[in-house]
Formats: sequence, structure tokens, C-alpha cells
Amino acid sequence: MQTIEKESAAGVNWQLKGSFLLNPELRQKALEVLDNTPFPTTKTEAWKYTRVAKIKNSNLSVQENPVPLTGNFGLSTDSIQYVFVNGHFSEHLSSKSYPEGLKILALSQMDEAEVRVLGGNVLLDGEVFSSINTAYATDGIYVHVSAKMQIEPIIEIIQINTEKNVLSNLRHVLVGEAFSEVQFIQRSISVNGSDNFTNVISEIHVGKNAKLTIDKLQEEHESCFQISTELVSQHQDSNFTINTFTLNGLLVRNNLTIEVDGQNCETHLNGAYILNGNQHVDNHTVVDHKVANCESNELYKGVIDGKATAVFNGKVYVRKDAQKINAFQSNANVLLSDDATINSKPELEIYADDVKCSHGSTTGQLDEEAVFYLRARGLSEASARQLMVGAFIEDVIQKIDNEPIVDRIHTILKERFNWVIE
Amino acid sequence: MSYTENDLAKDLENSEYKFGFTTDIESDRAPLGLNEDIIRFISAKKEEPEWLLDYRLKCFKIWSEMTEPSWAHISYPKPNFQGISYYAAPKQTKKYESWDDVDPEMKETMAKLGISLEEQQRLTGVAVDFVMDSVSVATSFKAKLQELGIIFCSFSDAVQEHPELVKQYMGSVVPATDNFYAALNSAVFTDGSFCYIPKGVRCPMELSTYFRINEANTGQFERTLVIADEGSYVSYLEGCTAPQRDENQLHAAVVELIALKDAEIKYSTVQNWYPGDKNGLGGIFNFVTKRGICETNAKISWTQVETGSAVTWKYPSCILKGDNSVGEFYSVAVTNNYQQADTGTKMIHLGKNTKSTIISKGISAGKSHNSYRGLVQIHKNAHNARNFSQCDSLLMTDECGAHTFPYIECKNPSAKIEHEATTSKIGEDQIFYCLQRGISEEKAISLIVNGYCKEVLNQLPMEFAVEAQKLLTISLEGSVG
Amino acid sequence: MLKITNLHASIDGKEILKGLNLEVKAGEIHAIMGPNGAGKSTLASVLAGREEYEITEGSVDFDGTDLLEMATEDRAREGLFLAFQYPVEIPGVSNVNFLRTALNEIREYRGESSISAKDFMALVKEKSAIVELDAKLASRSVNEGFSGGEKKRNEIFQMAMLDPKLAILDETDSGLDIDALRIVANGVNTLKSDKNATIVITHYQRLLDYIVPDFVHVLYDGRIVKSGPKELALELEEKGYDWIKAEFAH
Ligand SMILES: Nc1ncnc2c1ncn2[C@@H]1O[C@H](COP(=O)(O)OP(=O)(O)OP(=O)(O)O)[C@@H](O)[C@H]1O
Ligand SMILES: [Mg+2]
Repeated sequence: MQTIEKESAAGVNWQLKGSFLLNPELRQKALEVLDNTPFPTTKTEAWKYTRVAKIKNSNLSVQENPVPLTGNFGLSTDSIQYVFVNGHFSEHLSSKSYPEGLKILALSQMDEAEVRVLGGNVLLDGEVFSSINTAYATDGIYVHVSAKMQIEPIIEIIQINTEKNVLSNLRHVLVGEAFSEVQFIQRSISVNGSDNFTNVISEIHVGKNAKLTIDKLQEEHESCFQISTELVSQHQDSNFTINTFTLNGLLVRNNLTIEVDGQNCETHLNGAYILNGNQHVDNHTVVDHKVANCESNELYKGVIDGKATAVFNGKVYVRKDAQKINAFQSNANVLLSDDATINSKPELEIYADDVKCSHGSTTGQLDEEAVFYLRARGLSEASARQLMVGAFIEDVIQKIDNEPIVDRIHTILKERFNWVIE
Repeated sequence: MSYTENDLAKDLENSEYKFGFTTDIESDRAPLGLNEDIIRFISAKKEEPEWLLDYRLKCFKIWSEMTEPSWAHISYPKPNFQGISYYAAPKQTKKYESWDDVDPEMKETMAKLGISLEEQQRLTGVAVDFVMDSVSVATSFKAKLQELGIIFCSFSDAVQEHPELVKQYMGSVVPATDNFYAALNSAVFTDGSFCYIPKGVRCPMELSTYFRINEANTGQFERTLVIADEGSYVSYLEGCTAPQRDENQLHAAVVELIALKDAEIKYSTVQNWYPGDKNGLGGIFNFVTKRGICETNAKISWTQVETGSAVTWKYPSCILKGDNSVGEFYSVAVTNNYQQADTGTKMIHLGKNTKSTIISKGISAGKSHNSYRGLVQIHKNAHNARNFSQCDSLLMTDECGAHTFPYIECKNPSAKIEHEATTSKIGEDQIFYCLQRGISEEKAISLIVNGYCKEVLNQLPMEFAVEAQKLLTISLEGSVG
Repeated sequence: MLKITNLHASIDGKEILKGLNLEVKAGEIHAIMGPNGAGKSTLASVLAGREEYEITEGSVDFDGTDLLEMATEDRAREGLFLAFQYPVEIPGVSNVNFLRTALNEIREYRGESSISAKDFMALVKEKSAIVELDAKLASRSVNEGFSGGEKKRNEIFQMAMLDPKLAILDETDSGLDIDALRIVANGVNTLKSDKNATIVITHYQRLLDYIVPDFVHVLYDGRIVKSGPKELALELEEKGYDWIKAEFAH
């Protein structure tokens, strides 16, 4: 570990004092990038619809030491739980034991030599947030599932923020070796926290014939920022699924990049975002089919109320010679208020010919006929609408094969959005 | 059945670019390069009024401060804007009283193009305004149109004869500040077409202009302005052919359509500029800004068949300003060899109950790249706006690319937007089925591709549809993967 | 007319036809029956020239020429017609346009001049009457949105238009209602002459009540394992394929 020599970067006015994890050369590189890279503006194509000036102008600071916190933050009783508070591993809130074939460590628990090898795959050039993360990551989880191991309990990665104006940079590494099977929940919450910024990067490796699933639940306080980046590499015959549910937070950006680098892979990306108030949620996904004979399915649905704005940008690449690819992508949105906005940009970039790729994007209101039908059956207009919205989003929820998380989603829908769910 | 794909077979025999020839007419041209003096030269040559020169100079200033766009999904050697002559006119500039006065060589050129005026006049009832390099040399049916009060003339004539209309509408839909090439065009445009349909008049014939780049190294900067006054209707055809060349030629046209209350404009294009040879050498750079504005209840329909040009960058768009206005975009873009096309549309919904439809068919062959780029924007007050988009891409070889980049922006909850896109290979089962019925592979592909594009081709006026089908086939020659 | 000798064909390395022999003479109707997956459609596809199949052994003589050496379209032009079990849809291409193209290419191949629009339309009228095909279907896109039965009828209409020497009907009867079955069979019988021949692939003896075959063959496991007169079909209908399977199980 190393003490910080630079307390500002990319022109921000943040308190960046602390000790950071990743290897010094990598951090040095990140700091150099930050010196030369301004924050993106809406002129930058990848940030066309998302302004990050608010993050830049916040008075954020890195917490040097862990804060004490008690409670039980897991969704499931029999899961393995790893808890991070304000960017620091909380040993006493985390599980102590885990099954054979599994190695779980917080980065801060690892040998310096072990940590040194991590983190090199993330693109830094021109990427302010990845560079900030690389330079200032304070902790993260390292999970290694050995070959052929099927991990029964779900692994819950719980990212908690507390207090105010805290910047947490977390760096996770998840590895599923050949023929292994594992399921994660990655959940971000605020516990008496507000105006915080969580900047998290996960590098995910799905080995040959492995199956890896992540259910991601974002429910930080409505004043918080989150930028969450997943870099997934999939190998031959593997199966990767990620379900992203964004139910709170002021500004949430998800960068999901999946490189499908082996044949006969299956990739599933599902997402739902339910917004109101001044929320802004931006899902950027890239499925990069580099080799032949694979299939990917993407389904993102959004319900946007209040003055909220949602952005969906889904890109499917099919590289040259990646023949026999079936790639499907769908984005559907419902706007519930006059001040709600959706920007949808589904993209296909295809360089092979024997492919079947399609995308669809729809935006609309609820089916008025159906609302009328329900009212004719005695429902109030409000509950008729809610029922319809519920039905609209439900098919994404049904993609989750995980009871506790489904329950949690329904609870939030009830509590935050006042939905009546049966 | 006035036309079947059988006719295509004959065209197939002509595998080299069939319109690849040049006419040798002495021309009066500007020295290479671009500066204020050149603009004064163009303006003086055209005996323009002061206000237009001022406008040009203002646009030149805007252009000088802009940089070339680089976001489109295309790559090409940047044109050397100082290596282009911005004005060329046939030496004989006097206007022809009748068709007989026209230079015989020019007539021959037109005959080779298959659009001799006599024939056009006799057979099709299409009025043709023929642009040879930058100056309009022949106009027909003028008298008949005049009876109805329709003005259809060269842009230069309009500047002289209808300055108030030109002044009012030029740049009102495509301001010079819009983009790099629009600014350039606004500074240096030499000629083009002008059309005005008076209130309540339904133009009885298709108005048609064939453009043609004829002079080596001459950038073409056409300016088209179509104004459909309240309750009027016009169908306008634009078609291009160009001679084979080794150097790249720049084409940066601006087309502005104004559909006033209850008016309808149908604008059809068959674009067949020289695409370059099999190795990607030569070919036209086609950077066009086309946009129309619809007032209340008005409708603008763009139909395009794009087979030519080395590089195409073109987004015919509609600003649906008036309530209940309608915008349509039907497009077929075929790219082969090393062609690159980045085309699509923008539908800007401002008014209530506005409706737009986008049907785009991209066919990529050879080593070409074909992108659809479109924007559907629903503004806050555009209640009950509707959009339907269907963008399909067909891939013919494993070396080409097909890309789809739709932007959908919605700020009104009552809008309904549906966008769908597919990318696939040409159906092997379909080809086998045709083969089993005795149809050759090349013909089978032509049949299937024409069928694939039917929805768009159906939007074209008959004569154009026939030409378009032939072009599709010619463009895809030798493309079987 | 057609002589298949010891034909072996495989797809993706899997052998489907395993030494098939069959001879069809002009004026004859042959019925091929056999359990699902026996290789009936494979045989039709191989004869039509589908490239996915690899011919590993054997020969096919079609009126003195080596059929297997010919391109698919040339086989068609020589008079081989396949009514597909699953006819493909070709959106945007009208049936008439499609057929006119086919007809003219075949005529060109034979050194004949192309057919005039007038004669062509007359032919369409005449032939569509044979299969009682709705005139509207003739002008619609090839098979697009056709019902299962309409597709089959359209295949026979195309056959009538192209007047082949040898027609192979792959389960043309499946999906047809009783009336349509009669109409289709009637069409086949009308087109029959002593110069052409027909191979009917079917699962049901019912069709053979209408199209009376000269021979019935049982195709099982890639070979013709039994041939007989039309009564064989009745026997199959009654007893199923188990007794044949038992006889030839190895
Ligand atoms: N691409 C392929 N790869 C492997 N096996 C194949 C392939 N195509 C066909 N087959 C197999 O070949 C066998 C013969 O198929 P075929 O379609 O010829 O049967 P059929 O006799 O026509 O059956 P049915 O009565 O069901 O129409 C089947 O077992 C089928 O699964
Ligand atoms: Mg079969």
C-alpha cells in the first residue's frame, strides 16, 4: 500500500487523501490520465444524455478509515455476505466462513503481491471514472470459484454508504473457473447516507462451461450518485446472466461491457429502471460478439415518472467472422408524467454476414383500453394504472431466479413508489 | 406488368458503370481554391443582387470557423477544399429559346443517359430541368406550369425573378450554421432548382431534375428550394448519374422543403453517382443536407434509392412543426465494393398529433459499409406524437458491415414510438427455392433483394421505380458471397 | 428417365441415405412411404441439388445425363421439379413475377424465346384453374402469409406452369383439407402424360386413392427396403412400419 501523493485530479475539488490499493504503476498511469482528461460533457458521444457536472462539483471526500456500523444488511439468511461501508471492507458485518472451492477475500486482506496482479484490464485512457477508481480504490472483493465447483449459497456483495459527500471507490474481481457455477447479488444501499458517490468497477471472468449470474440492485438514497462498471469476459460454452434493477439514486450510470470470447456462449442481460423525482438513470451496455456460434438476449424496461430521465444505450457488436450469432435486444419504456424523458439508443454494428440480429425500442403510455377494461371491472384508475405498470415491469422481474431479491424489489416498489402489488 | 425483373438481365450484361462517360464542352471555370474573392467571382458571374453576395460572404465566414464532422460511421480522405474549382459553366451561357437550339453534344449526353428531353416530353409528361455542371441549360413545360402559377426554374432564375420568395425561404430550414457542408454550400452554391406551388394547386405532373457532375474536379453545390403553399401538392423527382473519374469529387447539396398548411410534398431521389471502381478508387463524396418543414396538417415524404457514391452522408429530415403534420422516410441504400453509406433521417416532432414513419432497407455487399443513423425526437408539447421505424439490413458477404444507430428522444408521455431493426443474411432457403425453379443465382438475388425493398420501391413514381430496380441489380453485380 | 444407383448421402458427417436404388420410367407414378426421419426429404433435396448434402457414393442418371454433376438451376431447367415439404416465403416478390422469371430462364436455357406478357397471363389463368388457385394468390408475394394448404396448392400451380419431366412431391398432401386434396390430386392427374413421371412422397394411403401409383416403395433407414404394387400402401396403412423395422433391424 502506498500513501497518496496527489490530492486532486481531473480538476475536481475533492478530498482525496488516504491509502489506496492497486499497484503503484497502474495508479500512476491512472493519475496521468486524470491530468490530461477532462470530465465528459454531453458533447462526448458516450455521455450525450448524461451530465456529470453535478458529480464533479460535489465536495466529495474519501474516507481514510472504516466507520463502525452494526446491523444486518443481507437479503437472504443463508447467503455469504461481504459488506463494504463507504469503500471499506467491514469484517464484522461479513460472513466468516464459506464453502470449499471458494476463495473470498477483501482486497485489503490480500497480500500486496496478490493485489498487484489485479486491475490491469480496465481501459483508462479517456475514462475519467475508471481512472478515478483505479487511482483511489480503497477496497473491493476478490472471489475465486475453483473449477467444477457449484456454489450453493448466493454471494451477496453489499455496498453501503453512510454520512454525507463520501466518495467510495470499490474494485471487485469475480472469477468463475471452468465448469463452475455461482450466483451473486450486488446491492448498493444508503444507511443514513446522502449526497454520496459510489464508483465501482467489477472485473468478471466466466471460464469455460461456467455459469455465473449477478443480480444487481441499486437502491441508494435519492441524492446519491453511482457509476457502476462491469467488464465481463466470457469463455467457450459459458453462460452469463446479469439482471440490473435501478430503483433509487439521483444519478446512476451502469457501464456493462461483455466480451464474448468463446464459442457456444449464452449471454443474458436484463434490466429494469423505475424512476421518479429528479432521478437520472443511464444504462450503457455493450455485447461484443468476437467469435462465432453464440447467442445473446437483452431486455431492458423502464417506467419513468416525475421529472426523471432514463437513458438506454445498448450496443451489439458482431465482429468479422463471428458467424452464426443470434443477438436480440429490446428496450421498452413507459413515461408516466409530462416531465419525464427517455432517450433510447439501441445500436447494432455487424461485420459478419451469417447472423440474426435484431433490436426493438418502444416508448409509450399504458394501454388505455386495458386501463379502461380494468376500471370497468371496478378498479380505481390509480390502481388500474399501477397494475398495468406492474405487469409491464414484471416480465423483467421474472427473469430473476432468486426469491429474496424479488421480494426486496416488490418491497421497494411498495414503499418508494406506493405500488399495490398482489 | 409493364416491367418485370426480366429486363434486369439485359442490364446485367453491361457490368461496367453504364453512365461512365464525359462530355467535352468548353467551360468557363473558376480558379482552384476558395476565398472571399472566389465567392465574389461566383456571385458576379451569376449577376446576383447585393443581398445574396452578403449572404454568401456571411456563410463563408461561418464555414471558415467550422471543422469537418467526423462522427459519421465512415472514413475517407478529407477533401482538399482549396483543390476544387467552385464554378464551372458551359461556355455558351445564352438561354435556349427551344430545344432545337441546344448544343447537339449535350443532347447526345442526355440520350446516353436515357433521358432525352424529347422522349421525356413525349412519353412521360415529366418536365425536366437539366443541370449540366452548374448552370441550368434547358427547361421544359414551363408554359404549362405557368398557367397554374407554378414556378419551376433554376435557382439562379429564381434569384433574378422571384427574389422575395428566395429571400424569405432560403436558409429558413437549413441555416448555414447547421453543419459544415451546409455552410459550404450556402457560401458557394452555383445553381439548382426552385419550385413554388401556389395555394390550393395540385401540380399535375412529376417535377423532375436530373443532376449530373460533368466537369473534372468541380465540386457540385446544388441548392434546391421547394415551397408548397397552403393546400398544394407536388411530387418532385431528383436523379443523379455521373461520369467515371479517378479523382474524388465532392457533392454537397442543400435541399430545403417548405410545406405550408395542408400542403404535401413528395420528394423522390434515385442517387447513382459514380461509386468508385472495384478497388475503391475514385467515386463521389456525397454530403447532402436535406430537410423539410411541415406546417399544420402538412406532409412531407422522402423516398430515396441510394446506390451510388463512394461515400454518402445524408439524412433527409422532417421538422413536424404544425399540428397533425406527417413526415415519412422511405429508403433503400445499397453499397458494394468499398462504398460507404451513412444515411437515415431525423423526425423532429414539435406539433400535436404529429406522425412519422421510417422504413429503411440497407443492403451491404463486397467490402462496403452501410449504416442507418436516425433520430426521432418528441418534444414536450408534441402530444400524441407517433413514430414507427423499421430498419432492416441485409448482408451479402462476410466482409461487409451493416450498422444501425437510432437515437430516440422522448419528452412527452403521450407519445408512442416503435422502433425495430433486424440484420440478417440473404436467405439461403429462398435462393435454393429460386434455383429449383430454374432461376440463376444472380437473378435469384436480384429478385429477393427487390422483394426485400418492395415497401420502399412502391413509394416511387412508376418510371423511377423501374430505374431504381435496375440500379439495385446493377449495384449488386458480382456481390454473391 | 431416372435411375438412382447405390446412392449414399450424408449431412454434417451423418449418413442419411445408405445405398438407395430406384428406377422411374416415363409415364409412371411412384409413391415413396416411410417413417419420419427415414430420409425421404433428404432424397428429394439431394435430387434437387441442395449443397449441404455430401454425396459419398452412387450415381443418378436423369435421361442420359449425370444429374449429380449439374447445378440446381440446370436440373430444374432439364425438367426436374420439387414441390417442397416446407415451401419458403419470399417477401415482396410476386408469384407471377417469380414464375415469369423462372419460365423465361428455362425457355432461354432450351433456346426458346421468352414468353410474351399476354401468353404468360393466359397460361397463368389456365394453370391456376387446374388447382383452383385463387387469382389473388397468384399476384401475392411468393408464399408470404399463405396458409399451409395454400402453399401446397401453390407448389402444384408452379408445377403446372413449369411443366416438368419429373416432379417430386414431398408430402404435398399434408395440411390439405379433403377438398383441396382432391383438387391437388386432380391437378397431378391432369398433368400426367406418358412423357413425364411423378414421385409422390406421402404418409397417407388416402392420397393414393386419388393419385394411383404404379409402384409403392418403402424407404427406411436410408434405403428402399420394400417395393410393390399399390396394395402395399394399404398394407402399410393397416400394419404400420413395425414389421418392416423388425425385418430390417440390424
Ligand atoms: N442438418 C442435419 N444434420 C443432422 N441430421 C439431419 C440434418 N438434416 C436432416 N437430418 C436428419 O436426417 C434424417 C432424415 O431426414 P428427412 O427430412 O429426410 O426425413 P423424412 O423421411 O423426410 O421425414 P418426415 O417424414 O418426417 O418428413 C432425420 O433423422 C433428420 O433428423
Ligand atoms: Mg420429409
